[in-house]
Amino acid sequence: MLSRVADSLYWMSRYAERAENIARILDVNLQLMLDLPKLGPEEQKTLWEPVLRSTGDHEDFYKHYKVTSSENVIDFLTLHSKNSNSILNCITTARENARHVREQISFEMWEEINRTYLWMKSQTLKKIQRQGPYEFFMQVKNASHLFQGITDGTMTHGEDWDFIQVGKYLERADMTTRILDANDEIFVRTPANSQTGGTLQWSAILRSCSSHDAYRKFYVAQVEPDKVVEFLILNEFFPRSIRFCAQALNDALRRISGCKEEHFTNLAEKLAGRVVAELNYSALEDIKTIGMHQYMDELQVKLNAIGEAIFRTYLFSPPLTSPKPEAKPEPAPKPTQSQKQGKTPAVA
Amino acid sequence: MALLDKYKPGDFFDEMFSAEGQVRPHYAALFERFQNLDQEEFDQRRTAVDAAFLRQGITFTVYSDEQGTERIFPFDLMPRIIPNSEWSKIETGLIQRMRALNLFLKDLYSDQRILKEKIIPAQDVLTAKHYRPEMVGVPVPRDIYIHICGSDMVRDREGTYFVLEDNGRCPSGVSYLLENRVAMKRAFPNLFSSVGVRPVDHYTQDLLTVLQYIAPPTDKAPTVVLLTPGIYNSAYFEHSFLARQMGIQIVEGQDLVVQDKTVYMRTTKGLEKVDTIYRRVDDDFLDPKVFRKDSILGVPGLVEAYRAGNVSLANAIGTGVADDKVVYKYVPDMIRFYLSEEPVLANVPTYLASNPKECEYIVKNLEKLVVKSANESGGYGMLVGPASTAAQRAEFKELILAHPRNFIAQPTLNLSRHPSYMDGHFEGRHIDLRPYILYGEKISIVPGGLTRVALRKGSLVVNSSQGGGSKDTWVLYGDS
Repeated sequence: MLSRVADSLYWMSRYAERAENIARILDVNLQLMLDLPKLGPEEQKTLWEPVLRSTGDHEDFYKHYKVTSSENVIDFLTLHSKNSNSILNCITTARENARHVREQISFEMWEEINRTYLWMKSQTLKKIQRQGPYEFFMQVKNASHLFQGITDGTMTHGEDWDFIQVGKYLERADMTTRILDANDEIFVRTPANSQTGGTLQWSAILRSCSSHDAYRKFYVAQVEPDKVVEFLILNEFFPRSIRFCAQALNDALRRISGCKEEHFTNLAEKLAGRVVAELNYSALEDIKTIGMHQYMDELQVKLNAIGEAIFRTYLFSPPLTSPKPEAKPEPAPKPTQSQKQGKTPAVA
Repeated sequence: MALLDKYKPGDFFDEMFSAEGQVRPHYAALFERFQNLDQEEFDQRRTAVDAAFLRQGITFTVYSDEQGTERIFPFDLMPRIIPNSEWSKIETGLIQRMRALNLFLKDLYSDQRILKEKIIPAQDVLTAKHYRPEMVGVPVPRDIYIHICGSDMVRDREGTYFVLEDNGRCPSGVSYLLENRVAMKRAFPNLFSSVGVRPVDHYTQDLLTVLQYIAPPTDKAPTVVLLTPGIYNSAYFEHSFLARQMGIQIVEGQDLVVQDKTVYMRTTKGLEKVDTIYRRVDDDFLDPKVFRKDSILGVPGLVEAYRAGNVSLANAIGTGVADDKVVYKYVPDMIRFYLSEEPVLANVPTYLASNPKECEYIVKNLEKLVVKSANESGGYGMLVGPASTAAQRAEFKELILAHPRNFIAQPTLNLSRHPSYMDGHFEGRHIDLRPYILYGEKISIVPGGLTRVALRKGSLVVNSSQGGGSKDTWVLYGDS
């Protein structure tokens, strides 16, 4: 397969997954706010800042807005054209990449992502508010699920499909680390710092990972911070837990190269194998010893390193700038696709 | 009231009506079917077809628009019909033309007999913008230069077919021809069997066969790729469509690399040799080592590999000289010279501004003539005399006098018209025809071609970039 095609499939998948995750986070935070007493501007800010941090667009936001209100955050993360991680831009980029490889993906996949793109282009903040943000975010999530289902059901599960899996699981694992990381703080600074307030928020986190019901089934218990953390990081079977994603990522990489478990033929496999082993042999106590914040930061750096290694191994193009681990609790910026070439001259 | 009741053919050659209310025999079945549709039904089908085009991304990009907006190519549901005997003549004429053009290119890039014998003035040919001296003495596989040609044809007031230009570089539009057919079959499934329409969908298979035929000798099946300038190119949809239909890789310049005069593509498993490149990138951008140095679309070293015979290109480098509108004037002479035959299809009379006498005529008669620049395409750089303003004519006069080699003029043809759907009824609109000719082991033409229609009232310009649309083109098995 062409390296450029692998690159496009990988980013198509990452951006489609990213769009879904942003919709999830926004949706859950909005719903959480419904459960809390009427919030003043400061409290709104407290609730929204972690969201902005988890998408890595914290600083960018304040270049465009003064007030951290629900409306501004939704506008910024949903439709803003200057925010490369807004849902609109994620879908646009995913579709742009799909356009690059139109002849490689199935016709149905192209139609679905093109449909979603055309629909997103027709959205305005007014429209979203009129129909209710809940409906809107549901549609974004459903579009992503439909796209993934169509991908699995209509495309040959070969090397190209595996690159799509790599992109999807890397993005998803990364997003889960960010959600946990960002909310670590909110847990301490929750506006209603009572037992119920905490539970509400941890429930919200579970819901943003579509894991509320799965959690209940698994633990048959109250929502407790420790268990939530354990579930979202270490659960072996839940498809949005970091461990599950790392395992799926590792599997896909090995299918691509044909290299068996416990061995590696390139840096990407080596790094992915290490992350899997580490998660397999970790318990909640280990995470608490290191500190969740620290643990998440380190994990993010490792995931980014895997992404970069995949890039160097398979996708040769200009290198991505590697996000540096920082002492400050600012998460690394989300990796973005390197700039594609601009407009090209006409051919008769 | 039926949709075509009030239709006025006007003072033109109308494809469907020989006079008001008089339907030509080969349109009879279609006419009956359309008369039985009411407006609501018709609009429903039209909306469904447009929605499907947009959903499938069957679009082209408009360059003048900052956002690079993708638009659908407006599609008119009323097909254009050509009876079989009429088509046979067109086919014979185009095959003849294709042979002559290829013999001309072979001659031009080797002995230049046609220039030495003064059949064509050398200064008109060697000054052509797309003449490539780099290609002189370079043999090309199977002696074929133009493998894919999209000649533009029009009819005048009497209904006579003329060849307006030969697009021997990277003609586009064939994907619309194929998609239009799919759309029509979906909108009017029953009509096809009752009318008897010759199929077109073997085009991509034929194209692949040509591309494999010209590949350098290999042990295994040759690797064919399509080279595109990228997704922002106005014809990207077509590139991707053709690659998908042929089951070949679509590549950009950055995907290819030349080592030891051999072209490879970069894959996840290392380098893989490429045998034939169907390139949709102009000569100028193909190889920064030889042509434009600023090209980021090309592949450094490609021309060297091509000259060494390790990779084949379709079309060959340097075919643009045959596209030059000055050289066009001499195609009938080429046919006589190389084939000792009379041209089956007529050329439109052409005046060269580089000839002082003809230049004088052009400048004096600007409001009667269509002036075209010798090397532009897509309907850019032209003046339609009768529709022009005095200021435009003055501007062109200046341009012509400053760069006479760059301009030609032709009488304004009264192009044939075809009923086209406009807001609830049909009106006559000017059309042309672009058949697609393939040259491999033999020359073949998919029946019909792309019919383009100038949707703006009175307009003679059919190009998609200038508000043109298209129609499905039906060549019948018989004559009615």
